Amino acid sequence: MSDTANIHLDTNESTSRGSTRPEDRATKIRLEHVEKRYPGTKQPAVASLSLDILEGEILVLVGPSGCGKSTTLRLINRMIEPTGGRIFLDEEDVTKANPDKLRRRIGYVIQQIGLFPHQTIAQNIATVPKMLKWDKKKIAERSDQLLSVVGLDPEVYRDRYPKELSGGQAQRVGVARALGADPEIMLMDEPFGAIDPITRDRLQNEFLRVQAEIRKTIVFVTHDIDEAIKMGDRIAILGEQSVIRQVDTPERILAFPVDEFVRDFIGEGSTLKGLHFETVREDVQLDPYPTMHLTDRPAEARARAQEAQTDWVLLLDGDEHPIRWVPVSELDSGNDVTAESGTEVLAKVSIGATLFEALEQMLISEAAVSPVVREDGSFYGVVRLTHLNKAIRRARLEAREHYEQLETT
Amino acid sequence: MDGIISWFDYISGRPDEILADTWDHAKITLTVVIAATIFSVLLGVYAQRRPTVRALSLSITGIFLTIPSLALFAIFIPIVGIGNTPAMLALFLYALLPILRNTVTGLDSVPPAVVESAKGMGMSTMSQLFQIRIPLAWPIIMAGIRISSLITVGIAAIAVLVGGDGLGTYIQSGLTRLGLPNSLESVWTGVVFTVVLGLVLDLVWATFQRVTTTKGQRM
Ligand SMILES: Nc1ncnc2c1ncn2[C@@H]1O[C@H](COP(=O)(O)OP(=O)(O)OP(=O)(O)O)[C@@H](O)[C@H]1O
Ligand SMILES: [Mg+2]
Repeated sequence: MSDTANIHLDTNESTSRGSTRPEDRATKIRLEHVEKRYPGTKQPAVASLSLDILEGEILVLVGPSGCGKSTTLRLINRMIEPTGGRIFLDEEDVTKANPDKLRRRIGYVIQQIGLFPHQTIAQNIATVPKMLKWDKKKIAERSDQLLSVVGLDPEVYRDRYPKELSGGQAQRVGVARALGADPEIMLMDEPFGAIDPITRDRLQNEFLRVQAEIRKTIVFVTHDIDEAIKMGDRIAILGEQSVIRQVDTPERILAFPVDEFVRDFIGEGSTLKGLHFETVREDVQLDPYPTMHLTDRPAEARARAQEAQTDWVLLLDGDEHPIRWVPVSELDSGNDVTAESGTEVLAKVSIGATLFEALEQMLISEAAVSPVVREDGSFYGVVRLTHLNKAIRRARLEAREHYEQLETT
Repeated sequence: MDGIISWFDYISGRPDEILADTWDHAKITLTVVIAATIFSVLLGVYAQRRPTVRALSLSITGIFLTIPSLALFAIFIPIVGIGNTPAMLALFLYALLPILRNTVTGLDSVPPAVVESAKGMGMSTMSQLFQIRIPLAWPIIMAGIRISSLITVGIAAIAVLVGGDGLGTYIQSGLTRLGLPNSLESVWTGVVFTVVLGLVLDLVWATFQRVTTTKGQRM
């Protein structure tokens, strides 16, 4: 989904997902005690679900197989009729609205994609605009634009048929088709579920990039917690019968799973996953590290290392870019430090990188710390293990305080 | 060799007559097949998701095919008299099953995800039927139509026995005069032109199928 993503509507500039503050947003979809009981079944598939989905967010429904995720999603566009409760869109009760008209306002993407095999890609994308009686020229422009948005060259793909596409390309067309008439809401049921891991990762990233621009309200179903963490502004972890066990930002869920069920579901490594949401920020004091330039005398550098109790000194070039790790032993040897001393600095991160990336660099770095550079490549400081430890503990504390506050109010 | 030469003499002696009878035969066949298509496709659409109707309609149209043709032709004479009408009614009943069965099978073969996404985008039930389900089932329905067309061309040769037109006249008149001059030539004319007509009609259907499907549906 390419940089030509130029869909009208929202041109909200703030694209950083970390900064989205759920509490500031209007409710786009409200489910009120929604229930679905399939005929002939004892237990309802969805039992009294209440949930607010906020404008412009990706809300991920995640939970074990059969817990009712798809049922919940399909209740929103009335693919199945609720047997109880009410559904509001923009504060308008749509529980009794004309379902066909309702569905034209809501994009819908399913795992099996379901492109129309007898129609060209352009015709597929034109489905809803045609039903809404847009004029031909506008429809043609729109489908070309959407193909570009999802990273397919319109010249190449518009007249192809679905069977002439790869799985990944077909899924992109599925997304383009759902965006056809620029709906404000998108429902996506395991849209990247049947795609190989590498393509899936790419589609996820592209989709997030497009979403940063188009800011749809999206309900996204997956059974993969990692996908949920990656895609979600908020995640609702569902148990049997679509009962919400926890709904919150991925950061907070990782930092503070409310119960055993959630802890089990997010599984091992939640702390590590949490590092994805912490970044190396300029406003946070990073640790200093002994540095030297080629012009410095080895003895001076040796003294700095001693003072900082490190075994290495970071050699910077004339532009303050870190270039070599010089071991203390080499400073002691009496030889001059040159641009060939020690070993090359390969691992480093930029300001704005996640702590997960910093950790990765730290693990491969000679000095077991991750050098951080500014945008211009100049040395800023280092991230140490203690830094990560602090960040994680702070996140946990904040999450716990958040939940304690919720309980007292 | 002599037989073939005298057959050529026979047909070259009366080309207009033969062509007119072939055309009559084609008209009977096409009328019957088109009527059976309309009826069977409508019934198939209605029956596909209704298990009882589906089973019943398939069995009944199946039974029609097992009734000996001469008997079925004759059954209608008391009701509609003799001529092309009883023949066409009987042929109509024969033509139903292949089209009905293929309509139902064709609709079954439409991937559920395609219908799900059509519905999910807000297509009405009718649009789903005419824009998605029937077009996707169409190649299979067409295969049924072609089978019915072949069956009908062949059996229509019996129409002459209930007073109808068509190429059956050559077969009948030949057989009643068997042994007399030109009797075998007459039978062969009926047989050969019926077969050729069947093939030509099949070609027509194949062309029709091609223009009514898109590249996305072909192998
Ligand atoms: N048409 C139906 N009739 C009866 N029961 C159904 C129907 N569809 C789903 N169910 C039941 O409802 C429950 C929830 O199904 P649903 O498809 O919503 O689960 P899910 O969370 O999407 O699962 P998965 O991750 O496997 O897709 C399941 O127990 C399922 O068996
Ligand atoms: Mg599901």
